[in-house]
Amino acid sequence: MSRPEDILPPDLFYNDNESRKYTTSSRIRNIQADMTHRALELLDLKSPSLILDVGCGSGLSGEMLSEVAPEDGGPHTWVGMDIAPSMLDVALQREVEGDLFLADIGQGVPFRPGTFDAAISISAIQWLCNAETSDVSPEGRLKRFFEGLYASLRRGGRAVCQFYPKNDIQRSMISGAAIKAGFGAGMLEDDPGTKNSKLYLVLTVGGGGLQGDITGVVNGMDDVNVLDARRKAAEVNGARGPARKGDKAWIMRKKEQMQKKGKVVKANSKYTGRKRRIAF
Amino acid sequence: MKVITANFVTCAVKECKTSAASFPLHFHDAELEQQELDFQPEFIRNVLPRVDWDSLRITANELGFPSLPETKPEGDALNEEQTLKDLHRLLLETQVIEGKLVCGNCGHQPWMLPPSETPNHVFNAVRGGSKKKEKKRA
Repeated sequence: MSRPEDILPPDLFYNDNESRKYTTSSRIRNIQADMTHRALELLDLKSPSLILDVGCGSGLSGEMLSEVAPEDGGPHTWVGMDIAPSMLDVALQREVEGDLFLADIGQGVPFRPGTFDAAISISAIQWLCNAETSDVSPEGRLKRFFEGLYASLRRGGRAVCQFYPKNDIQRSMISGAAIKAGFGAGMLEDDPGTKNSKLYLVLTVGGGGLQGDITGVVNGMDDVNVLDARRKAAEVNGARGPARKGDKAWIMRKKEQMQKKGKVVKANSKYTGRKRRIAF
Repeated sequence: MKVITANFVTCAVKECKTSAASFPLHFHDAELEQQELDFQPEFIRNVLPRVDWDSLRITANELGFPSLPETKPEGDALNEEQTLKDLHRLLLETQVIEGKLVCGNCGHQPWMLPPSETPNHVFNAVRGGSKKKEKKRA
Protein backbone atom coordinates (compact mmCIF):
# COMPACT_ATOMS: atom_id res chain seq x y z
CA MET A 1 0.00 0.00 0.00
CA SER A 2 1.38 3.39 -0.90
CA ARG A 3 1.91 5.94 1.83
CA PRO A 4 1.14 9.60 1.08
CA GLU A 5 4.16 10.44 3.25
CA ASP A 6 6.40 8.86 0.62
CA ILE A 7 4.93 10.81 -2.28
CA LEU A 8 5.06 14.54 -1.53
CA PRO A 9 5.38 16.97 1.40
CA PRO A 10 2.05 17.42 3.21
CA ASP A 11 1.35 20.96 2.02
CA LEU A 12 1.73 19.87 -1.59
CA PHE A 13 0.19 16.43 -1.30
CA TYR A 14 -3.04 17.81 0.14
CA ASN A 15 -3.87 20.10 -2.76
CA ASP A 16 -7.41 21.27 -3.46
CA ASN A 17 -8.37 18.00 -5.05
CA GLU A 18 -6.89 15.70 -2.37
CA SER A 19 -8.33 17.86 0.42
CA ARG A 20 -11.79 17.66 -1.04
CA LYS A 21 -11.49 13.91 -1.55
CA TYR A 22 -10.22 13.46 2.00
CA THR A 23 -13.06 15.45 3.49
CA THR A 24 -15.90 13.99 1.46
CA SER A 25 -14.90 10.33 1.56
CA SER A 26 -17.31 8.62 3.93
CA ARG A 27 -14.76 5.90 4.65
CA ILE A 28 -12.15 8.36 5.86
CA ARG A 29 -14.77 10.31 7.80
CA ASN A 30 -15.84 7.17 9.63
CA ILE A 31 -12.29 6.18 10.48
CA GLN A 32 -11.53 9.71 11.65
CA ALA A 33 -14.65 9.75 13.81
CA ASP A 34 -13.72 6.44 15.45
CA MET A 35 -10.20 7.61 16.15
CA THR A 36 -11.36 10.94 17.55
CA HIS A 37 -13.79 9.15 19.87
CA ARG A 38 -11.01 6.90 21.06
CA ALA A 39 -8.70 9.85 21.62
CA LEU A 40 -11.38 11.70 23.59
CA GLU A 41 -11.89 8.61 25.71
CA LEU A 42 -8.17 8.58 26.45
CA LEU A 43 -8.10 12.31 27.23
CA ASP A 44 -10.92 11.81 29.72
CA LEU A 45 -11.90 15.49 29.94
CA LYS A 46 -14.43 16.27 32.64
CA SER A 47 -15.26 19.91 31.85
CA PRO A 48 -15.28 22.22 28.80
CA SER A 49 -11.62 22.61 27.83
CA LEU A 50 -9.28 24.38 25.47
CA ILE A 51 -7.81 21.82 23.07
CA LEU A 52 -5.08 22.00 20.46
CA ASP A 53 -5.70 19.96 17.32
CA VAL A 54 -2.35 19.23 15.72
CA GLY A 55 -2.68 18.64 12.00
CA CYS A 56 -6.36 19.54 12.09
CA GLY A 57 -6.73 19.34 8.31
CA SER A 58 -10.27 20.13 7.25
CA GLY A 59 -11.49 20.04 10.83
CA LEU A 60 -13.05 16.58 10.81
CA SER A 61 -11.85 15.82 14.32
CA GLY A 62 -12.24 19.39 15.55
CA GLU A 63 -15.88 19.35 14.57
CA MET A 64 -16.41 16.46 16.92
CA LEU A 65 -14.71 18.32 19.75
CA SER A 66 -17.27 21.12 19.39
CA GLU A 67 -20.06 18.58 19.40
CA VAL A 68 -19.24 16.78 22.64
CA ALA A 69 -22.42 16.80 24.75
CA PRO A 70 -22.53 18.77 28.03
CA GLU A 71 -23.08 15.48 29.93
CA ASP A 72 -19.70 14.27 28.68
CA GLY A 73 -17.90 17.45 29.70
CA GLY A 74 -18.21 19.33 26.43
CA PRO A 75 -18.45 21.23 24.21
CA HIS A 76 -14.76 21.97 23.93
CA THR A 77 -13.13 24.99 22.36
CA TRP A 78 -10.31 24.14 20.00
CA VAL A 79 -7.48 25.65 18.01
CA GLY A 80 -6.19 23.87 14.93
CA MET A 81 -2.81 23.89 13.24
CA ASP A 82 -2.05 22.51 9.81
CA ILE A 83 0.54 22.97 7.12
CA ALA A 84 -1.71 22.38 4.10
CA PRO A 85 -3.48 25.59 2.94
CA SER A 86 -5.98 23.66 0.85
CA MET A 87 -7.06 21.63 3.86
CA LEU A 88 -7.60 24.82 5.86
CA ASP A 89 -9.54 26.24 2.94
CA VAL A 90 -11.94 23.34 3.12
CA ALA A 91 -12.19 23.82 6.87
CA LEU A 92 -13.08 27.50 6.36
CA GLN A 93 -15.71 26.64 3.80
CA ARG A 94 -17.23 24.15 6.22
CA GLU A 95 -17.30 26.90 8.87
CA VAL A 96 -15.77 24.89 11.68
CA GLU A 97 -15.83 26.52 15.10
CA GLY A 98 -12.13 26.31 15.92
CA ASP A 99 -9.50 28.92 15.10
CA LEU A 100 -7.12 27.83 12.38
CA PHE A 101 -3.41 28.45 11.97
CA LEU A 102 -1.32 27.74 8.93
CA ALA A 103 1.84 26.48 10.54
CA ASP A 104 4.42 23.73 10.40
CA ILE A 105 4.35 21.67 13.60
CA GLY A 106 7.94 20.67 12.94
CA GLN A 107 8.94 24.25 13.73
CA GLY A 108 7.40 24.29 17.16
CA VAL A 109 4.05 25.14 18.68
CA PRO A 110 3.54 28.94 18.73
CA PHE A 111 1.54 29.28 21.93
CA ARG A 112 2.23 30.58 25.40
CA PRO A 113 3.35 28.01 27.98
CA GLY A 114 0.50 26.25 29.73
CA THR A 115 -2.14 27.29 27.20
CA PHE A 116 -4.02 24.08 26.53
CA ASP A 117 -5.84 21.56 28.68
CA ALA A 118 -5.24 18.86 26.13
CA ALA A 119 -3.97 18.17 22.66
CA ILE A 120 -5.20 15.79 20.03
CA SER A 121 -3.61 14.74 16.79
CA ILE A 122 -5.15 12.36 14.29
CA SER A 123 -2.94 10.84 11.59
CA ALA A 124 -0.47 13.69 11.49
CA ILE A 125 2.77 13.28 13.36
CA GLN A 126 4.22 10.58 11.11
CA TRP A 127 4.69 13.43 8.61
CA LEU A 128 7.37 14.80 10.94
CA CYS A 129 9.59 11.87 10.04
CA ASN A 130 10.04 13.36 6.58
CA ALA A 131 12.60 16.11 6.13
CA GLU A 132 11.91 18.03 2.96
CA THR A 133 15.06 20.13 2.88
CA SER A 134 18.61 19.35 3.81
CA ASP A 135 18.78 21.90 6.64
CA VAL A 136 16.24 20.06 8.78
CA SER A 137 16.28 16.52 10.13
CA PRO A 138 13.39 14.32 11.27
CA GLU A 139 14.93 14.17 14.74
CA GLY A 140 15.16 17.95 14.91
CA ARG A 141 11.58 18.39 13.75
CA LEU A 142 10.27 15.86 16.24
CA LYS A 143 12.27 17.49 19.01
CA ARG A 144 10.95 20.98 18.26
CA PHE A 145 7.41 19.70 17.98
CA PHE A 146 7.35 17.73 21.23
CA GLU A 147 9.20 20.40 23.19
CA GLY A 148 6.75 23.01 21.93
CA LEU A 149 3.80 20.78 22.70
CA TYR A 150 5.10 19.99 26.17
CA ALA A 151 5.44 23.67 26.98
CA SER A 152 2.05 24.64 25.58
CA LEU A 153 0.15 22.10 27.69
CA ARG A 154 -0.79 22.93 31.26
CA ARG A 155 0.42 20.74 34.12
CA GLY A 156 -1.68 17.62 34.38
CA GLY A 157 -2.71 17.97 30.74
CA ARG A 158 -2.74 15.13 28.30
CA ALA A 159 -2.06 14.67 24.62
CA VAL A 160 -3.22 11.82 22.44
CA CYS A 161 -1.57 11.43 19.06
CA GLN A 162 -2.81 8.78 16.67
CA PHE A 163 -0.25 8.10 13.97
CA TYR A 164 0.78 5.65 11.28
CA PRO A 165 4.44 4.77 11.68
CA LYS A 166 6.08 3.37 8.56
CA ASN A 167 8.06 0.85 10.59
CA ASP A 168 9.30 0.11 14.10
CA ILE A 169 12.16 2.55 13.70
CA GLN A 170 9.76 5.45 13.13
CA ARG A 171 7.59 4.25 15.96
CA SER A 172 10.41 4.26 18.47
CA MET A 173 11.84 7.49 17.06
CA ILE A 174 8.54 9.29 17.68
CA SER A 175 7.91 7.89 21.15
CA GLY A 176 11.56 8.42 22.06
CA ALA A 177 11.36 12.09 21.05
CA ALA A 178 8.24 12.53 23.20
CA ILE A 179 9.92 11.00 26.24
CA LYS A 180 13.00 13.14 25.74
CA ALA A 181 10.81 16.26 25.72
CA GLY A 182 9.62 15.33 29.22
CA PHE A 183 6.31 13.59 28.58
CA GLY A 184 5.15 10.50 30.36
CA ALA A 185 4.47 8.34 27.32
CA GLY A 186 2.77 5.12 26.45
CA MET A 187 1.26 3.46 23.41
CA LEU A 188 -2.19 2.09 22.90
CA GLU A 189 -2.72 -0.17 19.93
CA ASP A 190 -6.20 -1.02 18.67
CA ASP A 191 -6.66 -4.20 16.65
CA PRO A 192 -2.94 -5.04 16.73
CA GLY A 193 -1.61 -7.15 13.91
CA THR A 194 -4.51 -6.42 11.56
CA LYS A 195 -4.78 -4.10 8.60
CA ASN A 196 -6.91 -1.76 10.70
CA SER A 197 -4.43 -1.48 13.53
CA LYS A 198 -4.36 2.00 15.02
CA LEU A 199 -1.58 3.30 17.19
CA TYR A 200 -2.15 5.99 19.83
CA LEU A 201 0.67 7.72 21.60
CA VAL A 202 -0.68 8.80 24.98
CA LEU A 203 1.31 11.61 26.60
CA THR A 204 0.96 13.09 30.05
CA VAL A 205 2.45 16.29 31.43
CA GLY A 206 3.52 16.51 35.04
CA GLY A 207 1.93 13.30 36.24
CA GLY A 208 -1.43 14.55 37.46
CA GLY A 209 -1.51 11.60 39.87
CA LEU A 210 -0.20 9.27 37.23
CA GLN A 211 3.51 9.77 37.92
CA GLY A 212 4.52 9.51 34.32
CA ASP A 213 2.73 6.21 34.03
CA ILE A 214 0.03 6.02 31.42
CA THR A 215 -1.33 2.67 32.51
CA GLY A 216 -3.53 4.73 34.83
CA VAL A 217 -5.05 6.40 31.78
CA VAL A 218 -6.54 3.18 30.46
CA ASN A 219 -7.73 1.94 33.86
CA GLY A 220 -11.35 0.94 33.68
CA MET A 221 -11.44 0.88 29.89
CA ASP A 222 -12.83 -2.20 28.23
CA ASP A 223 -10.80 -4.52 26.04
CA VAL A 224 -7.45 -3.06 26.98
CA ASN A 225 -4.52 -5.30 27.85
CA VAL A 226 -1.58 -3.64 29.53
CA LEU A 227 1.79 -4.77 28.25
CA ASP A 228 4.27 -3.09 30.53
CA ALA A 229 7.65 -3.19 28.87
CA ARG A 230 9.31 -1.84 32.02
CA ARG A 231 7.94 -4.66 34.17
CA LYS A 232 9.14 -7.24 31.68
CA ALA A 233 12.57 -5.67 31.60
CA ALA A 234 12.66 -5.56 35.40
CA GLU A 235 11.73 -9.23 35.59
CA VAL A 236 14.46 -10.25 33.21
CA ASN A 237 17.03 -8.18 35.03
CA GLY A 238 15.76 -9.26 38.42
CA ALA A 239 16.14 -12.96 37.65
CA ARG A 240 19.95 -12.79 37.65
CA GLY A 241 20.07 -12.22 33.93
CA PRO A 242 19.35 -14.87 31.32
CA ALA A 243 19.52 -18.58 32.25
CA ARG A 244 23.10 -19.81 32.56
CA LYS A 245 24.22 -22.86 30.70
CA GLY A 246 23.68 -25.96 32.80
CA ASP A 247 21.18 -24.63 35.34
CA LYS A 248 17.65 -25.93 35.66
CA ALA A 249 15.94 -23.25 33.56
CA TRP A 250 18.47 -23.83 30.79
CA ILE A 251 17.95 -27.60 30.83
CA MET A 252 14.16 -27.21 30.76
CA ARG A 253 14.38 -24.84 27.84
CA LYS A 254 16.66 -27.19 25.92
CA LYS A 255 14.41 -30.15 26.58
CA GLU A 256 11.43 -28.21 25.33
CA GLN A 257 13.33 -27.19 22.22
CA MET A 258 14.29 -30.77 21.48
CA GLN A 259 10.74 -31.95 22.07
CA LYS A 260 9.49 -29.40 19.57
CA LYS A 261 11.95 -30.72 17.04
CA GLY A 262 10.39 -34.16 17.47
CA LYS A 263 13.32 -35.74 19.36
CA VAL A 264 12.72 -38.29 22.09
CA VAL A 265 13.10 -36.50 25.40
CA LYS A 266 12.98 -38.02 28.87
CA ALA A 267 9.95 -37.01 30.90
CA ASN A 268 10.53 -34.34 33.53
CA SER A 269 10.70 -35.46 37.12
CA LYS A 270 11.65 -33.95 40.43
CA TYR A 271 15.25 -34.97 39.70
CA THR A 272 15.43 -33.06 36.43
CA GLY A 273 18.22 -30.51 36.48
CA ARG A 274 19.00 -31.26 40.11
CA LYS A 275 22.58 -31.46 41.30
CA ARG A 276 23.93 -34.86 42.23
CA ARG A 277 24.96 -35.37 45.76
CA ILE A 278 28.66 -34.89 46.15
CA ALA A 279 30.27 -38.28 45.74
CA PHE A 280 32.32 -39.63 48.57
CA MET B 1 -10.15 34.10 15.31
CA LYS B 2 -11.54 34.35 18.80
CA VAL B 3 -10.10 37.00 21.09
CA ILE B 4 -9.15 34.29 23.57
CA THR B 5 -6.90 32.62 21.00
CA ALA B 6 -5.13 35.91 20.36
CA ASN B 7 -4.29 35.94 24.05
CA PHE B 8 -2.41 32.65 23.72
CA VAL B 9 -0.76 32.71 20.32
CA THR B 10 2.83 33.90 19.99
CA CYS B 11 5.07 34.87 17.10
CA ALA B 12 6.36 31.88 15.14
CA VAL B 13 9.82 33.33 14.73
CA LYS B 14 12.17 31.69 17.19
CA GLU B 15 14.23 34.81 17.90
CA CYS B 16 11.13 36.68 19.13
CA LYS B 17 10.55 34.25 22.02
CA THR B 18 13.01 36.12 24.22
CA SER B 19 11.74 39.62 23.46
CA ALA B 20 9.17 41.30 25.71
CA ALA B 21 7.79 43.28 22.78
CA SER B 22 6.72 40.12 20.98
CA PHE B 23 3.69 39.55 23.19
CA PRO B 24 0.82 40.20 22.82
CA LEU B 25 0.56 40.21 19.05
CA HIS B 26 -1.28 43.21 17.62
CA PHE B 27 -4.27 43.14 15.33
CA HIS B 28 -3.94 45.17 12.13
CA ASP B 29 -6.84 45.91 9.78
CA ALA B 30 -9.10 43.79 11.91
CA GLU B 31 -12.64 43.14 10.83
CA LEU B 32 -14.88 41.97 13.63
CA GLU B 33 -17.89 39.74 13.70
CA GLN B 34 -20.16 38.79 16.55
CA GLN B 35 -20.99 35.10 16.59
CA GLU B 36 -23.60 33.66 18.92
CA LEU B 37 -22.25 30.75 20.95
CA ASP B 38 -23.71 28.80 23.85
CA PHE B 39 -22.81 30.41 27.15
CA GLN B 40 -20.38 28.14 29.05
CA PRO B 41 -19.62 29.55 32.52
CA GLU B 42 -17.47 26.52 33.37
CA PHE B 43 -15.22 27.05 30.41
CA ILE B 44 -14.68 30.69 31.32
CA ARG B 45 -13.88 29.73 34.90
CA ASN B 46 -11.52 27.04 33.67
CA VAL B 47 -9.63 29.21 31.24
CA LEU B 48 -9.57 32.59 32.99
CA PRO B 49 -6.62 31.83 35.32
CA ARG B 50 -4.51 31.23 32.22
CA VAL B 51 -5.53 34.44 30.46
CA ASP B 52 -2.90 37.17 30.50
CA TRP B 53 -5.09 40.06 31.67
CA ASP B 54 -2.75 42.91 30.71
CA SER B 55 -2.43 41.56 27.19
CA LEU B 56 -6.16 41.06 26.99
CA ARG B 57 -6.68 44.73 27.92
CA ILE B 58 -4.26 45.81 25.19
CA THR B 59 -5.98 43.60 22.62
CA ALA B 60 -9.44 44.75 23.70
CA ASN B 61 -8.36 48.36 23.41
CA GLU B 62 -7.05 47.83 19.90
CA LEU B 63 -10.31 46.21 18.89
CA GLY B 64 -12.35 49.04 20.41
CA PHE B 65 -13.56 47.53 23.68
CA PRO B 66 -12.04 50.01 26.14
CA SER B 67 -14.08 49.26 29.26
CA LEU B 68 -12.19 46.35 30.79
CA PRO B 69 -11.57 46.47 34.55
CA GLU B 70 -7.98 47.04 35.65
CA THR B 71 -7.63 43.73 37.42
CA LYS B 72 -8.64 40.25 36.50
CA PRO B 73 -11.93 39.13 38.12
CA GLU B 74 -11.08 36.59 40.79
CA GLY B 75 -12.77 34.74 43.64
CA ASP B 76 -16.39 35.77 44.14
CA ALA B 77 -16.48 37.82 40.95
CA LEU B 78 -16.31 34.55 39.05
CA ASN B 79 -19.73 33.61 40.35
CA GLU B 80 -21.43 36.73 39.04
CA GLU B 81 -23.26 35.76 35.92
CA GLN B 82 -23.00 39.21 34.37
CA THR B 83 -19.20 39.26 34.61
CA LEU B 84 -18.96 35.82 33.08
CA LYS B 85 -21.39 36.74 30.33
CA ASP B 86 -19.38 39.83 29.46
CA LEU B 87 -16.21 37.79 29.34
CA HIS B 88 -17.92 35.15 27.23
CA ARG B 89 -18.99 37.85 24.80
CA LEU B 90 -15.51 39.27 24.50
CA LEU B 91 -13.41 36.11 24.61
CA LEU B 92 -15.48 33.65 22.62
CA GLU B 93 -18.19 35.43 20.66
CA THR B 94 -16.07 38.24 19.27
CA GLN B 95 -14.39 36.93 16.15
CA VAL B 96 -11.77 38.63 14.05
CA ILE B 97 -12.60 37.36 10.59
CA GLU B 98 -10.10 39.35 8.57
CA GLY B 99 -6.83 41.08 9.33
CA LYS B 100 -3.33 40.38 10.53
CA LEU B 101 -1.78 39.48 13.85
CA VAL B 102 1.57 41.24 13.91
CA CYS B 103 4.46 40.68 16.26
CA GLY B 104 5.67 43.84 18.03
CA ASN B 105 9.26 42.67 17.85
CA CYS B 106 9.95 41.45 14.33
CA GLY B 107 6.91 43.10 12.73
CA HIS B 108 6.99 40.90 9.68
CA GLN B 109 5.61 37.41 9.08
CA PRO B 110 2.24 38.03 10.70
CA TRP B 111 -0.45 35.44 11.22
CA MET B 112 -3.01 36.14 8.52
CA LEU B 113 -6.75 35.85 8.90
CA PRO B 114 -8.29 33.84 7.40
CA PRO B 115 -5.21 31.63 7.40
CA SER B 116 -5.17 30.20 3.91
CA GLU B 117 -5.25 33.42 1.93
CA THR B 118 -1.53 33.93 2.33
CA PRO B 119 1.73 32.92 0.85
CA ASN B 120 2.88 30.25 3.23
CA HIS B 121 3.68 31.83 6.56
CA VAL B 122 5.74 28.86 7.55
CA PHE B 123 8.22 29.16 4.77
CA ASN B 124 8.53 32.87 5.37
CA ALA B 125 9.64 32.00 8.87
CA VAL B 126 12.20 29.56 7.52
CA ARG B 127 13.50 32.08 5.05
CA GLY B 128 13.73 34.67 7.81
CA GLY B 129 15.95 32.28 9.71
CA SER B 130 18.27 31.52 6.83
CA LYS B 131 18.61 35.22 5.97
CA LYS B 132 20.05 35.78 9.38
CA LYS B 133 22.58 33.05 8.76
CA GLU B 134 23.62 34.69 5.52
CA LYS B 135 24.12 37.97 7.32
CA LYS B 136 26.36 36.28 9.84
CA ARG B 137 28.45 34.77 7.10
CA ALA B 138 28.79 38.14 5.34
